[in-house]
Amino acid sequence: MDSVILRTATRFLYPLLILLSLVVLYRGHNLPGGGFIGGLIAASAVMLRALAVGWDEIKASRILKPIALMQYGLIIACVSSLIGLAVNNVLFQAVWLPTWYLPVIGKLKLGTPIVFDIGVYMVVLGFALLCAKSLDSNNN
Amino acid sequence: MIWLVLSLLLPFITAVACLRKERCGPWVPRLSLIGAVLQLGSAGMLMNHALEHEYVIIHVGAWAAPFGITLVADLFSAMMVLITAVIAVAVALYSMGDIDQRHTQKHYYSLIHLLLMGVNGSFLTGDLFNLYVWFEVMLLSSFVLITLSGTKDQLEGGVKYLLINILSSILFLCGVGLLYGKLGTLNMADVANMLSNHDDALLVNSSAMLLLVAFGIKSALFPFFFWLPASYHTPRVSISAIFAGLLTKVGVYALIRSYTLLFHSQFDVVQDVLLFLAGMTMLTGVFGAASHFDIKKILSFHIVSQIGYIAMGLAIGTPIAIAAAIFYTIHHILVKTNLFLIAGLIERRCGTTDLKKLGGLAKASPALALLFFIPAFSLGGIPPLSGFWAKFGVVKAGLDAQHYWLVGCALFVGVLTLYSMTKIWAEAFWKKAPAAGKEQKAASSDSLPKVMVIPCVGLALITVWLSLNPEPLLELSTKASEQLGNPQGYIKEVLGK
Repeated sequence: MDSVILRTATRFLYPLLILLSLVVLYRGHNLPGGGFIGGLIAASAVMLRALAVGWDEIKASRILKPIALMQYGLIIACVSSLIGLAVNNVLFQAVWLPTWYLPVIGKLKLGTPIVFDIGVYMVVLGFALLCAKSLDSNNN
Repeated sequence: MIWLVLSLLLPFITAVACLRKERCGPWVPRLSLIGAVLQLGSAGMLMNHALEHEYVIIHVGAWAAPFGITLVADLFSAMMVLITAVIAVAVALYSMGDIDQRHTQKHYYSLIHLLLMGVNGSFLTGDLFNLYVWFEVMLLSSFVLITLSGTKDQLEGGVKYLLINILSSILFLCGVGLLYGKLGTLNMADVANMLSNHDDALLVNSSAMLLLVAFGIKSALFPFFFWLPASYHTPRVSISAIFAGLLTKVGVYALIRSYTLLFHSQFDVVQDVLLFLAGMTMLTGVFGAASHFDIKKILSFHIVSQIGYIAMGLAIGTPIAIAAAIFYTIHHILVKTNLFLIAGLIERRCGTTDLKKLGGLAKASPALALLFFIPAFSLGGIPPLSGFWAKFGVVKAGLDAQHYWLVGCALFVGVLTLYSMTKIWAEAFWKKAPAAGKEQKAASSDSLPKVMVIPCVGLALITVWLSLNPEPLLELSTKASEQLGNPQGYIKEVLGK
């Protein structure tokens, strides 16, 4: 499929969707959102691009390697659980950095729960991409 | 405490490491073996700690007991984790010979370790919903493993396995949902505590029955056993062996945990049902085994009948009966895994596990015959092998509690078990080799790889050791059963009251 409208729209939508997925990822600790849903949004953005420009470009990407994404995601999630073990001797206990204040975003609270969510985000993104890639009709 | 965490983390880390098959290449099987050995070490340390402190408890994320997820290792859990690690090492070693490049490419090693993590998690969790999550971890990897080669019979077996297990998960969730809706807690100790002061028969009976059916499906109790013989003989032997040894035992573990902890105060609600189911499970399993002529199918049906014995121990419910059930579980995991692994050796050597095509193995390969003899006749309950002590314990507990018809049933099933084991023995080992085609001769000429023989020998040696020296395990089982018989201790430890 080759459509000018889709290609042009995707050029603008793709970064917006990725940004949205990151916002959803960040707010997930206390509000609806989180790594899982963020990962799904990111995956849908990538799939949109794949529909518009084809899978070849996605496959050539250095970042979007499904298995590697899943693996590093799992490692990151695992490490986030170990930080609690190392600092407080309790598995999965949240460890928070001091709160920062940034001009646009406002209060920025970073800690191990968000690291865990980043891991989940990567696993979901990798998994969804792997599924979509396997279903691609040109895939052999 | 770190050992409890490691029992979950080590299989996870191994699984993730094995995921990079392109990068690690030939290292993947070795990584998996190293992971399994480390797991055995940490399980041993956990056992040691559980013996010392009675309960090893972790509140994950430092959220106190009824609110957060609690991981609890009492003696029973620690024993199950230890035996799981033993099986993990044996299967990891065996896989090095059994699993070819194609299966490694399909992430066999990662999946096996994720499965082990699910099994360990189920044994260690103290939270009902968390138990469900571990079941899912286990099931997801087992769905893939059972259909890994993608052949027609695997897909057929896999679909049956998938459907029945999803049904079981739904029923489990319904039971948990009912309990949570009524009691507002998912922590097992808290649920047990609340239920013991609760006389709402409707709530207790409904959730107890839902969980009984859910766990009954997982552990292949009558009448929910049919999926097991339909699917377990289809995948690679290493996969069948780990399924046969561990997966149904997770169901059994969940049953024992439910009726000694969650519903300990209302055990009489399910006791009659359990007694009936145990008897029927033993009978149907062994009849199935007696009527089949393929080694792997016979062994699959035997799992069902042996689960009946374990359920019988639970159903009788006296401390000695529970101890016998625990002893039986450990013995059965060792023996059954070993039998499947040896069936794999026979398949490797002769190209088939169909008894009609086999023969003359005792002459052709006496070592293999001896190797098969130990677990097979231990399963049959010939003294002094470990199966005899296990059956003796269950039967004695039955006699003490005056369940005579059930004991009669158990003895009758014992004879039939022996009959079907003798059938394998006579057909595969003693019978003259059938007029072998050229193809079969060619297959038998190459020797069996050492990595596949060593785990079988190792497991057989453990069985022999248990047979000649059952005292330590018996003592340990008795201790574990005393602990299970005192749910107040568990509740107190977990809730910290």
